Amino acid sequence: MIETLTVIFQDYTFQIVALGSAMLGVISGVLGSFAVLRKQSLLGDCVSHSALPGVVLAFLSTGEKNSVILLLGALASGFLAAGFVTLIGRNSKVKSDAAQGIILSVFFGLGMALLTFSQNLPNANQAGLKRFIYGQASTMRRGDVFLMLIVGAVLIGTVVLLWKEFLLFTFDSAYGETLGFRSARINAILTFLIVCAILIGLQTVGVVLMSAMLITPAVAARQWTDRLSWMVVLAALFGAVAGVGGTLVSSLVPEMPTGPVIVVCISAIAIFSVFFAPRRGILARLIERARFRKLLKAEIGGES
Amino acid sequence: MSAGLEISLIAALISAACALPGAFLVFRRMSMMTDAITHSILLGIVLAFFRTRDLTSPWLIVGATLMGVFTVWLTETLTQTRLLKEDAAIGIVYSTLFSVAIILIALNARSVHIDTDSVLLGELAFAPFDRLILFGRDFGARSIYLSGIVLIINLAVIGIFYKELRLTTFDPAFAAAIGFSPFIVHYLLMLLVSMTAVAAFEAVGSVLVVAFMIIPPVTAGFLSDNMKTQFVLSALIGALSGVVGYAAAVKLDVSIAGCMAVVCGLFFMLAFLFAPKRGWVSERARYWARKIEFDRFTLLTHLIHHAGSEIEERENSLASLPHHLGWSPRRVERASRYLIERGTIRSFNGIFFVSDRGKTEYLSYCRELFGDAAENFDPANGG
Repeated sequence: MIETLTVIFQDYTFQIVALGSAMLGVISGVLGSFAVLRKQSLLGDCVSHSALPGVVLAFLSTGEKNSVILLLGALASGFLAAGFVTLIGRNSKVKSDAAQGIILSVFFGLGMALLTFSQNLPNANQAGLKRFIYGQASTMRRGDVFLMLIVGAVLIGTVVLLWKEFLLFTFDSAYGETLGFRSARINAILTFLIVCAILIGLQTVGVVLMSAMLITPAVAARQWTDRLSWMVVLAALFGAVAGVGGTLVSSLVPEMPTGPVIVVCISAIAIFSVFFAPRRGILARLIERARFRKLLKAEIGGES
Repeated sequence: MSAGLEISLIAALISAACALPGAFLVFRRMSMMTDAITHSILLGIVLAFFRTRDLTSPWLIVGATLMGVFTVWLTETLTQTRLLKEDAAIGIVYSTLFSVAIILIALNARSVHIDTDSVLLGELAFAPFDRLILFGRDFGARSIYLSGIVLIINLAVIGIFYKELRLTTFDPAFAAAIGFSPFIVHYLLMLLVSMTAVAAFEAVGSVLVVAFMIIPPVTAGFLSDNMKTQFVLSALIGALSGVVGYAAAVKLDVSIAGCMAVVCGLFFMLAFLFAPKRGWVSERARYWARKIEFDRFTLLTHLIHHAGSEIEERENSLASLPHHLGWSPRRVERASRYLIERGTIRSFNGIFFVSDRGKTEYLSYCRELFGDAAENFDPANGG
């Protein structure tokens, strides 16, 4: 067993994929914390599905499968989708959840139509585009991980720089505005960062599972602490652990797909946290309740 | 029946069937729950397949439907612990169930021939190959019957429980108070949604079920305020986008489901922009009309306020008004030109004077706005 593990850990592909998945976990953990606290959890769902037409259009217009170009396309259409959701919410009586559903499905439909269109083109080598839908962590290359490291450093650096502002606007945007901060600008920056975090993970875990990467580490971390700083750190840690753990399991078991395993790992962490976190957790609350009941009984018993 | 006609029919039936329960989901702000249900259905299918070992077994539909309801229950139970918000619960539950399904499929790839591609994306083009053959006779594509039955069930259930559904949707507390169980009605609706999603996703794939459940009802909401009309409209919009989407897909030779969703989205966009009354254009038009009317009233108020006072010349001249009102000269000119043409005010040496007619009009307008309190605005009382 230990020998197998050593062999795996020394394997170059494993190192690359594990590093990439861990990085993804860190990035999505940090920005997911903000998304979850701002009740934008399903933004991830919406943006990741909406990235598809951008990816295909970027491919169709340049004919290249270069990650950076495709990601720029994804960024454009993901940000456009987030903008549309805000626009619809602001200018009509349509609720934001319905707006998200509409934009998500229409953009994804458009992406599929474009994808089939590109498949009909002669000598188009569009075969790799589908990995944006399902994600293929195992095909991660050094360049992809490098890109992730750079983008991750920029994203996390921005969060650190604007920490005070983000903290303020996540919990009390009205107060933030009275202090003279521009709420529209801060919101736009934060949304932009979240969109970037989502897109960077698309190639690894795919459209469907990326929203889990964004939400789940943050929800798990939320159970352990009431401080934003600890929550962000914990979410990043959980994300990284799930990334490496998922990669490990999928390389131990043949045929095991990496993305879904990572998601199951992080979900297991979240479920554990919901049950067993001190104070907030379900178990802790049950114990607390039993203790109170005993206390109450003792007091009533003492009086009568 | 030709294959094209059959596909159009399936598309129309399925999208109409989706639009009906979808309307209640939109009213209940559960739009994103469809996304969760359509994804976790896959796990139901996989698990049912492990028991029956038959991909055409009706038990697969039962298993998938139950899994959809289970998803809703799990999401709501998680939300009720108040440890996480509803949107986060939705995201966690469905992605976990979906991941487990994908893992199960991947690990049993030799025995399970479920194509994740067709689950996520659907393939309506193959529907005509799956025939319903009874007693050696070909009765047409199986999907026609499946979607037809789902549509009929939806119509029947929503028809019978319309009152209960409406009550629990808009006033659950009152519904509970007079003895309806919102819980039972809620899960009846979820059962309906789940069943419809199962039937639909075979044809259009899980993501686009979301399009057919949400977009037609929202679009219909722009066109009518009457709930029954909205139901009829959303079923029609759904059916129409199914048929038009298919035609477009054939013409462009691209994904049918993708095209149908895009057409659905186009209908939504048209309604969003141009709906009479609710649309963006008419709302903007109303906004500007009100703004212009308000400008005229404000100008008149200002003029009347200073009429006859010593500073009248300083306050009520065309040159000074932009400064006093904080408006652009153009805005002052536009409002004053209208009032002059109407005979409400007169211009003399670049100074505006309110005519008698203007005073009467002003008073009646004030009465309209403020009722009895309007007396305080009478310039004769020094208002």
